[in-house]
Amino acid sequence: MILDAAGLAIPGRLFDVSLRIAAGELVCLVGPNGSGKTSLLHALAGIGRPAGEVDLDGVDPRTLGPAQRPRYLTYLPATRDVPWPLLARDLIALGGGEATFPALELDGLLDRRVDRLSTGERSRVLIARALAPRPKLLLLDEPTANLDPLWQIRLMELVRQEISVGGRAALVAIHDLDAALRYADRMLVMDRGRIAAESLDGPHVAAIFGIERANGKWRPVNPLADPQSLR
Amino acid sequence: MTARTSGLLWLALVAAFTASLLVPLHALLEVDRGLASAVLVELRLPRALLALIYGATLGASGGAIQALFANPLASPDLTGTTSGAALGAVVTAYLFGFAAPIALSIGSVAGALGALVLLITLAGPKAETATLLLSGLAISALAGALTTLALALAPSPFAFYDAYDWLMGSLIDRSLDQAVFAAVPAILVIALLLRLGPALDRLALGEEVAQSLGDNIARLRLMVICLSALGVGACVAICGAIGFIGLIAPIFARRLTRGHPGRAIMASALIGALLLSLADLTVRLAPIGRTLPIGVVTALIGAPFFLWLVAHMRWRLSA
Repeated sequence: MILDAAGLAIPGRLFDVSLRIAAGELVCLVGPNGSGKTSLLHALAGIGRPAGEVDLDGVDPRTLGPAQRPRYLTYLPATRDVPWPLLARDLIALGGGEATFPALELDGLLDRRVDRLSTGERSRVLIARALAPRPKLLLLDEPTANLDPLWQIRLMELVRQEISVGGRAALVAIHDLDAALRYADRMLVMDRGRIAAESLDGPHVAAIFGIERANGKWRPVNPLADPQSLR
Repeated sequence: MTARTSGLLWLALVAAFTASLLVPLHALLEVDRGLASAVLVELRLPRALLALIYGATLGASGGAIQALFANPLASPDLTGTTSGAALGAVVTAYLFGFAAPIALSIGSVAGALGALVLLITLAGPKAETATLLLSGLAISALAGALTTLALALAPSPFAFYDAYDWLMGSLIDRSLDQAVFAAVPAILVIALLLRLGPALDRLALGEEVAQSLGDNIARLRLMVICLSALGVGACVAICGAIGFIGLIAPIFARRLTRGHPGRAIMASALIGALLLSLADLTVRLAPIGRTLPIGVVTALIGAPFFLWLVAHMRWRLSA
């Protein structure tokens, strides 16, 4: 196991969550809005003052300072806003990694200010910031949001490839069930601040959300929940 | 900031400092040597030193406050810190008189701290520009009104004049002891703010990311607020309120550090010192027969710059 966490808790948001992740594993975190996906990532990244124990390759990363921590874990928040207009190159460097990351094709972007990039371009720069230090554990919140379909695929492939060697792993919060089912080694379903289920069985997971697949498309199980049917 | 730009800034600073000591030269040449050395050591040296120290403190504090609020319009004067310090000092002066520098400094630092705590309470730690400026305005107005009230209740016309003159911001007639009294806390503050530079740079990635990188944001916020209150308070206690340097210096400084707010603190301190020294030289050389308060000069130059900045931001937002 590369990660062994127990008793993670944030008052009102996350209740006594434990999880283990093996080296090389890509674990997807799914669940309804407000189910605690981001809170779990926060607790592992040491944001706020989360309770619980974290063992990442023998250390509690939350005790490490900025010089070491990016080599153990990095966190990509769901927001694509950057509060300060830095150059893309400098933003990546401030994250503790090399200023370039060839796989993300940033050549034309590095010398531009992040606030002047498109949201998708900025997403790639922010992802590069999280990937560049090559941490043991990648904590990614909605990494495919704002990316075009090709880049969504390329990104998930890239994450897979990144963690395949060197005893690394990724925990990815994601709403896209298809992508999760396609790329995850394991899938954790969160509900009301707890891990409600662990499953790679598509229909089972979908049922937790109250959706099912029909003719290749997701639709609500309960037609009353579908606004279209209320007309 | 490259070594060359840094060298040029230091050179400009030394030039401004030397000019402050030597200009006008005839006062040093025409009188006898004893008087000349008195002019140099007792009049010009404290004044030139205070310009450097106060300017550098305003620059460094302004840079740190802008980085903390992630807002280029935050500064000690616009956030009410300076007016809070002035109020604290005036109130203390009434209780203990202007001749008690320690009490004055403590009162001034307490006032600055009170204003910053009030600002965080009102506007929140991640205030948007409008909220930040409005809260700062409200605090400045309140502190200004209370200061005026204190003046109106002045025990004697002399106390009133003393306080009024001091409020305008002035580097004149301060002793070398007073300069040292401002310099000790100011240098400490600048040194400690410089150490926070890397953390303030990481804060530019967003609060959550900075925390995930291992920074303690609550502690960082507390440090910046206490340090800038201490530095600005110590200087206001000696020289009164001087505006706009803390706003302008960091904006120029970040042009030298590719926008890095933390890395810019050193440059910001240098530019602040340079700007205030130049403003003081302007005051001394202006051919109007009597001495202008330096706070008026920085406001006359700074306010239009501030307006330009606001307009510039508006154009950019609407574009």
